[in-house]
Amino acid sequence: MSLWRKIRKTGRVAEPAPERPTGEAPPEAAELRGSVQFRHVDAGSCNGCEVEIGSAFGPVHDAERYGARLVASPRHADALLVTGPVTRNMEVPLRRTYEAVPQPRLVIAVGDCARDCGVFAGAYGVAGAVSDVVPVDAEVPGCPPEPEAIVAALRRLTGR
Amino acid sequence: MNVPGTLLTVALGLCLATALLAPAVPARIRPALSGLGTAAAGAVGAAAGGAAMAGHAWSAWLPDLLPLAGVRLALDPLGGLFVAVTGGVAVCAGVYGIGYARHGLSGRVVQATLPLFVASMLLVPAAASVSTLLVAWELMAITSLLLVLAEHGRRTAVGGAGLWYAVMTHLGLIAILAGLAGLAAGAHGEAFDQLRAAHLPPLARDAVFLATFAGFASKAGVVPLHAWLPRAHPEAPSHVSALMSAAMVNMGVYGIARVGLDLLRGSSEGGAPAWWWLLVLAAGGVSAMYGILQAAVSADLKRLLGYSTTENMGLVLMGLGAAGFFATRGAPRLAALALVAALLHVVNHAAFKTLLFQAAGSVLYATGTRDLDVLGGLRARMPYTTALFAIGALAASALPPGNGFVSEWLLLQSLVHAIPASGVAGAVALPLAVGVVALSAGLAVATFVKAFGVGFLARPRSPEADRAVESPPSMLGGMGLAALCCAALALGPTVIVPGLARAVGTLLPGAAPATGPVSGPVSGPAMETVTLHLSGIAGTMSPLLIAAAVVAAIILLAGAVRMLAARGRRVARLWDCGVGPMSARMQYTATSFAEPLQRVFDDVLRPETDVDVTPKQESAYLVERIRFHALVPDRIERRLYGPVLAAVDAVGRRARALANGSVHRYLAYGFWTLTGLLILLAVIP
Amino acid sequence: MSGDLMSGLIATVLQVVLVIAGAPLLVGLMRQVRARMEGRAGAGVPQPWRDLRKLLRKEPTEPRDTGWPFRLAPLVLAGTALVVAAVVPLVSTASPLDSAADLFAVTALLALGSVALALGGLDTGTAFGGMGASREVTVLALVEPTILVSVFALSVRAGSTNLGAIVNVTEADPMRVLSPASLLAAVALAVVTIAETGRIPVDNPSTHLELTMIHEAMVLEYSGPDLALIEWASAARLTVLLGLLGSLFLPWGVATAGTGALAVLIGVAAFAVKTAALGVLLAVGEVFMAKLRLFRIPELLAGSFLLALLAVAASFFLAGGA
Repeated sequence: MSLWRKIRKTGRVAEPAPERPTGEAPPEAAELRGSVQFRHVDAGSCNGCEVEIGSAFGPVHDAERYGARLVASPRHADALLVTGPVTRNMEVPLRRTYEAVPQPRLVIAVGDCARDCGVFAGAYGVAGAVSDVVPVDAEVPGCPPEPEAIVAALRRLTGR
Repeated sequence: MNVPGTLLTVALGLCLATALLAPAVPARIRPALSGLGTAAAGAVGAAAGGAAMAGHAWSAWLPDLLPLAGVRLALDPLGGLFVAVTGGVAVCAGVYGIGYARHGLSGRVVQATLPLFVASMLLVPAAASVSTLLVAWELMAITSLLLVLAEHGRRTAVGGAGLWYAVMTHLGLIAILAGLAGLAAGAHGEAFDQLRAAHLPPLARDAVFLATFAGFASKAGVVPLHAWLPRAHPEAPSHVSALMSAAMVNMGVYGIARVGLDLLRGSSEGGAPAWWWLLVLAAGGVSAMYGILQAAVSADLKRLLGYSTTENMGLVLMGLGAAGFFATRGAPRLAALALVAALLHVVNHAAFKTLLFQAAGSVLYATGTRDLDVLGGLRARMPYTTALFAIGALAASALPPGNGFVSEWLLLQSLVHAIPASGVAGAVALPLAVGVVALSAGLAVATFVKAFGVGFLARPRSPEADRAVESPPSMLGGMGLAALCCAALALGPTVIVPGLARAVGTLLPGAAPATGPVSGPVSGPAMETVTLHLSGIAGTMSPLLIAAAVVAAIILLAGAVRMLAARGRRVARLWDCGVGPMSARMQYTATSFAEPLQRVFDDVLRPETDVDVTPKQESAYLVERIRFHALVPDRIERRLYGPVLAAVDAVGRRARALANGSVHRYLAYGFWTLTGLLILLAVIP
Repeated sequence: MSGDLMSGLIATVLQVVLVIAGAPLLVGLMRQVRARMEGRAGAGVPQPWRDLRKLLRKEPTEPRDTGWPFRLAPLVLAGTALVVAAVVPLVSTASPLDSAADLFAVTALLALGSVALALGGLDTGTAFGGMGASREVTVLALVEPTILVSVFALSVRAGSTNLGAIVNVTEADPMRVLSPASLLAAVALAVVTIAETGRIPVDNPSTHLELTMIHEAMVLEYSGPDLALIEWASAARLTVLLGLLGSLFLPWGVATAGTGALAVLIGVAAFAVKTAALGVLLAVGEVFMAKLRLFRIPELLAGSFLLALLAVAASFFLAGGA
């Protein structure tokens, strides 16, 4: 009962949806038409981006309302959400995860590390940026990126 | 001599000729001769049984064949049913045995015994006097024992299994002998007709029923007399396992039905006591539950099938018990329905268990192992065997469109509709019975998903399984015949129901043969003829229609998906979370598959696990080796038989002191025994 | 007679179409209700249809070393769901297929679908596939007795296990719904419905954690149209079972034999309203509950089995007393 009271008192937490983001969507996204499932791959991140992704899918930003959803298997996914510089140990797994996603497939590099290795550039354990391993279709800058930016990138894919 | 008589005689003659010829021909063609002879005899026997089921009765008295009473044979629809089932199983087993015997089973004794075993099983349901029945019964016991021992030189476990089997089957024989002798003494004659007319006092009647029930139940593998079954069935050659599991255990059911419902009829005028049949129902329920639980946690393919036999015989006995119970409550229609369900399940079980044991035999033949934990990947290597096993597994797990579903459906219908007629005892027993049937069906699903999914699918777990090749055509032929029977029984059970109803009529003369499930009028619309209508009960089900609907839905969906799909199928690397490759040992095994069930039924199964950690010498924290040992013992066997065996052993040990090897002492024993006897005779007036 | 058959046929076709189209919407509705209660905005009721549309156009993949059990499983799962949707009296009790399958057969058909999927999971040879299959059949084995004993309780008063007959009898005498036997059976069937359809507290349909999965673990290898079939079939099974609960215990509005087009239309509306209401109820319940540990599930199911047994006992003793 206390939970019921709490639900009633709290009401809606989700913020009103911002304007639909402008900008070029990758051509493959046209086929998805309002439903994109993401498989998240941590290729060597410091977990800062994970916190922000978590918050993007949390109640406040509620990315699910735009038709995006996180799934457990790359077979169920349409796109990969890759964070962090690609470490040597994650290079092959990342490539294989990409291979496991059925066509049409997309990759979003989330965070500065994923885009250009950020502060880890040139470190001995880093194999390169995400685009050095798999083709990247969209990028979200920031260290870590704000959840609003992540949601905007997701919305460009879902088209909602 | 009429049709069934002639056919039965021909079948028995074929068996005998094959048995005599087999030792004489060279070993190269011996399996083919013996297999074909057995199959031919089986086919003729099945025709004889079918003719008897169609209503042609036959009886004969051959006074010179056996001393004292001679041989009395008769075929009525009930006996005919069991003869037909035995014949059908023999056809499949005979064909299958041609190829299977290449595996070093072409010896004279084995190949000559096989047709004799079939002959004895054709004789048991045709026997019409106590002595004939007992002689046939003992012949069946001995021939099957010889066949169980066929591979005793290869595995040590065979000897133990043979010993268990020999002891149990003969204790059963003693119980049957005692019971039937008591009945014959009361009837002043040993022909079945005389027994039917006998009027035994209630106490003697109860004793006869209990003794024969114990004896026949041990043959049917009913808990707690099942201890031989999961031993002997796995160790016998696979076509013999099929014969034993699909045909021989039925004889136990036949015996219980024949004695309880037929031979004791005169003695139980005014109604047999209801507790007889509640006892049968309870024994059936316990067997069904216990059998399928043990099967669900077993990792040995043939042992699993053996326990599944116990389960299915339990279900049959539940139907039989319910039938007897309803008859005592004055509900002949329900009784007939329950009995039809039981008999149909006998037929169905025979069909799918033949198929499953033969498929298991093919796996054993191809890989040399029956341990599910090291099998797998046979789908690609033995495609036909895999498909055939799938058909059998579908039937055994009582799912539509398998044939096991039809008989379990009938059984459930008879139990569900009985409440108003059955009084307080029934109101307590029947819901529990429905629960038991349902739980055993659910566990059977788990069991056979495990057997098929782990044993045949995915990737091989050992090099032996990797090297497997498809079985020779004769073995596939034997399995294919059994699979055809399964399919026919699954789609058109209404065809054999009239024959079953006639068999029921011989046991329950109160119920007219037309009661029980009747198929709709043949002249009616096509849908009516394939639907099972139950007279007096508004329950209908059409196996053929269900199967057709499922197939149609699948084709429809496949077409729709193909039309809508935009991209072709791609063969991809197994998703191994990006690392890998996954080794075959990472797959779920049969043991791990059954682990949740084992945990749920912990209190019943009492699994024993043992973890043995060997640390390195330098430090207790560094582990050199961990050994995990898990075992699910047969608890009933251990609790019930353990003490008895220990007591017998102790007595034997004590008695050893009496026999110390001294001839003088033995002479003294003889002398004193004789003197004692003489004194005794002198004293007794 | 043929007019009856025609109206029954039309009702059945309507019912199947309704389940096909409505099942994903029911799932969408339930997700939306959950989202709102969690303070989120939610993806909208038609979202599952968008997912299905997309999945159908995606590329199906087939792992190496898998064969016909893997490929056939989604079709069998969806096919059995379709057949069940045609047989069960949701809109009308006058289905021409009613005599082909009773509640036992319906249960067994649903089980067949689950078994096919379990075999598909095992065929991949991954640890997760085996794990999901093992758990699924364990739950299945424990669910079956409860369903059949509840059927027993319900069929005592109808004298038949055919669903149409049971619904007809209840509709003729609605006060029977409030009898103890019926209430106990309703609770027992509701519990097993939750278990069969893999909802909280037995299974969590939106979990990402492989170790807690039951249903999801078996389908990890499926993609594209195969996955679409599986998702649709899960939704259809949920719809059919909720609709069946509605028809058995709230039979108002279900069209009976010999009634006209208006009755069929009312039946359609009643089915949609009842199923949606039950779905909302289930979704609200899920918000308040956590998933049970796997080895606590048997206790839940044993409890529901006990309720079903009590239902039979009640139906017998109360009928005898009356």
